[in-house]
Amino acid sequence: MSVPNSPQNSQALVIARDLAKTFDVSAPWLSRVIERKPRQLLKAVDGVSFEIERGKTLALVGESGCGKSTVARLLVGLYEPTRGGLTFDGQDAHAAFKSSDAKAMRKRIQMIFQDPYASLNPRWTVEAIVGEPLHEHGLIKDEQELKDRVAELLKSVGLSALDMVKYPHQFSGGQRQRISIARALATAPEFLVCDEPTSALDVSVQAQVLNIMKDLQRERGLTYLFISHNLAVVRHVSDKVGVMYLGQLVELADKHTLFDNPQHPYTRMLLDAIPKMKDTGRARTPVQGEVPNPLNPPLGCSFNPRCPLANERCRNERPVLKSFKGINVACHAVEEGRH
Amino acid sequence: MSLLQVKNLVVEFPSRHGTLRALDEISFDIAPGEILGVVGESGAGKSLTGASIIGLLEPPGRIASGQILLEGQRIDNLNNDQMRSIRGRKIGAIFQDPLTSLNPLYSVGKQLTETIQAHLPVSDQEARQRAIALLQDTGISAAAERIDHYPHQFSGGMRQRVVIALALAAEPQLIVADEPTTALDVSIQAQIISLLKNVCKKRGAAVMLITHDMGVIAETCDRVAVMYAGRIAEIGPVHQVINHPEHPYTVGLMASIPDMDVDRERLNQIDGAMPRLNAIPKGCAFNPRCPQVFDRCLQERPDLAAVSRSGQNTPTQVACWLHHANTLEGVS
Amino acid sequence: MLAKPAVIEANSLKKDLDGMSNPISRWLSSDVGYSFRNSKTAMVAAFIAFVFIFCALFAKWVAPYDPFDAASLELMDSLLPPAWSADGSTKYLLGTDDQGRDILSALMYGTRISLVVGMASVMLSLVVGVSLGLIAGFRGGWLDAFLMRLCDVMLSFPAILVALLIAGVGRAVFPNADESLAFGVLIISISLTGWVQYARTVRGTTLVERNKEYVQAARVTGVAPLRIMLRHVLPNVLGPVTVLATIQVASAIITEATLSFLGVGVPPTSPSLGTLIRIGNDFLFSGEWWITIFPGLTLVLIALSVNLLGDWLRDALNPRLR
Repeated sequence: MSVPNSPQNSQALVIARDLAKTFDVSAPWLSRVIERKPRQLLKAVDGVSFEIERGKTLALVGESGCGKSTVARLLVGLYEPTRGGLTFDGQDAHAAFKSSDAKAMRKRIQMIFQDPYASLNPRWTVEAIVGEPLHEHGLIKDEQELKDRVAELLKSVGLSALDMVKYPHQFSGGQRQRISIARALATAPEFLVCDEPTSALDVSVQAQVLNIMKDLQRERGLTYLFISHNLAVVRHVSDKVGVMYLGQLVELADKHTLFDNPQHPYTRMLLDAIPKMKDTGRARTPVQGEVPNPLNPPLGCSFNPRCPLANERCRNERPVLKSFKGINVACHAVEEGRH
Repeated sequence: MSLLQVKNLVVEFPSRHGTLRALDEISFDIAPGEILGVVGESGAGKSLTGASIIGLLEPPGRIASGQILLEGQRIDNLNNDQMRSIRGRKIGAIFQDPLTSLNPLYSVGKQLTETIQAHLPVSDQEARQRAIALLQDTGISAAAERIDHYPHQFSGGMRQRVVIALALAAEPQLIVADEPTTALDVSIQAQIISLLKNVCKKRGAAVMLITHDMGVIAETCDRVAVMYAGRIAEIGPVHQVINHPEHPYTVGLMASIPDMDVDRERLNQIDGAMPRLNAIPKGCAFNPRCPQVFDRCLQERPDLAAVSRSGQNTPTQVACWLHHANTLEGVS
Repeated sequence: MLAKPAVIEANSLKKDLDGMSNPISRWLSSDVGYSFRNSKTAMVAAFIAFVFIFCALFAKWVAPYDPFDAASLELMDSLLPPAWSADGSTKYLLGTDDQGRDILSALMYGTRISLVVGMASVMLSLVVGVSLGLIAGFRGGWLDAFLMRLCDVMLSFPAILVALLIAGVGRAVFPNADESLAFGVLIISISLTGWVQYARTVRGTTLVERNKEYVQAARVTGVAPLRIMLRHVLPNVLGPVTVLATIQVASAIITEATLSFLGVGVPPTSPSLGTLIRIGNDFLFSGEWWITIFPGLTLVLIALSVNLLGDWLRDALNPRLR
């Protein structure tokens, strides 16, 4: 299933088609047999398609259980998709990951993680951490040259070359995140998947890290997939935004369109729910309910129990991402012009 | 008369690197029924302030000097038993993680009635009725049935509502809420902060809301205190502090928050980082990072002083030499 | 949460250790070294352990006599009490046994045997246990389930009985075995139940570390699983293992002593502390108490000091494991 209304875009660096990932979260075999429990399958991602053009940033937003982190891991090959595929620069990425040519693909795609405290090996020096991708891909053999390259990488993220000999625990959260970025840039990748890179950081530190990421993108022409639950940050960094709910993309549009004129009821609810500093007295649509258990999603449109516009069709038929006036929305109400 | 008065509170941690001052002469008041926000980044000391007030400061941390007064009575020098009777009855607490705030082995009703009966002389029947009313007030539907459910049968947002109910159970006058919405999804967060605000106003409880999220503060609080490196940098009515920040740190902080409404190429960043406890600079703690630093800042630590501007009923108090100079010369 | 943030800040301050002159002073000024300097128990225990290890290692030069050189024994000097009692002589500080062997020297040589057997069996259990634990934690699935069930089965056997069994089987299968084989069998029999603790601990820690983001980052880079296991995960799981190993040395020494006391331990030509206790046991009621009491005391002191060191180490390493 290709993204509706988009020509076979040879420009787009990353093309995801109907990506899906199901996890088997059943109880252990013995308990299942004895207690007669059924198998339980978790559809973390259920048919997600999007494209990211070179040098641009696509942000995926959503709340817990929406599957955005799973999408991130699918894109870097940490998980294999149950269905669907990923094309990177014209190549089938997952086939490449499994082939003997996997390293070539892995050089071009890297990832930055959320937790600055768990994303660096506490027993390794910064030099070893940042230098590992260089070792692994055999990019630099000479010791001194390696040290120089690591120094260069550290400087490009605002740290000093002297920090090489230190251990992660000697740095603050923001600095560790910069070390993660330096590590990710070691192989000069083209595509960076960033899984909530600033969620664990204080506001002022977040500003520093986001600025660095933007600078690097401009200097090196990097393409980002930026995962976040913070819409304000997303607004700052992205070009295009995708909103996810229970494993599906409910809206995909370019940044200004989405923020100025959200279509899907969930997007509207989300934007409305964000505490605003300047407009605190505004009238709001009260938010209904909570995200349902992903193991047991509602039939039809997964948002229907909370949606003020739900009708019979919504309760029975799952909507598909369709294009309306330049935005992609998966909603019957929008399609029927009811919203 | 203020409900809570904190006067020159100093909290220290003896460590192998010397004694570290985590809170350095904090002073503020909370009026009855008022919602005070305490905002700051990690390491600023806001959680410690809350812990000191509830009396849950973990050793080796200790209150080295200063006073905490609740309704005119000192509560910082009470022993465990005395503190236990205050906790719950006069001060309620809400913590960040709803999962660990509730005992998984007891039903929600049992926990509520136990708290109620520990502090108020009511019968079992009466306690149960009050518990049901509390659950209804906090927005839990079918309260009469759900009262007998266990914590794991509630979802995250619902659990936090139960925690709020628990905090209000013995009808305290002050609630200390430490990052009550940080672990929740955005849409639930909105529900919970509005609940907190409404239910506390309704019951006349004052709230000390500790968080790092300025947006939450903007939506809920009457006044806000901005903390930096164990000191209060600025304190005043919430809209004044947010829209017209005075302290350079507050100005920098507000400017580095990405705005939902305005597109900016770069976020304003404050270079450097909050100093570690053993490396707090002499004079004003913010001086290494301050864009408007001058000599006095490096030598003397500024006290909180009122900065009055026209049109303000209650002036903001700022700990900054820039503004001392202004007020002394009568410039506004 | 409540009081934790500032405590973390305070504890995570590390002085920049570049520029410290040598590894020992670097260690002493680290958190673990600081905790050591502050714990009298640890320092005393370390000192005692050090004395024993020194004597054991250098027994040949430190011991006044060689108790196993039959030619140097003087039967006239047999059954002499310790030097401070009436009939004692300063030639034999702790007295002699029925063959004229100096108890003090016998203790030193015996300690050496006990320590060698104890440490060797701990080393063996450690290598086997850590490897199996790593594999179980890393691969998961049926391999993990199988290994854990194996652990459960092994734990249900009392260690001494297993050791007795193996030692007995060993003797039956190799009746004329030479010394080194006997030692080998003994070491294996002691380590057979010891590896389980390591396997379980390491498996638990591996499961936690495997899901951490630095491991995922290595996978994204394309590092092979074996390399991740050895270079990334292993260094991080060794902390609790060190504590375990220290404490297990004590219990291995005691197990060996028990087996030797029962006669199925070390061969009689190389008596360990347990053998000495057994030999001396026969003389206990005839009044020559020193032949059994001193080896007994030595055993207690070694086990105690090693245990105390292990306890201290566990606490010293703990607050840093945040």
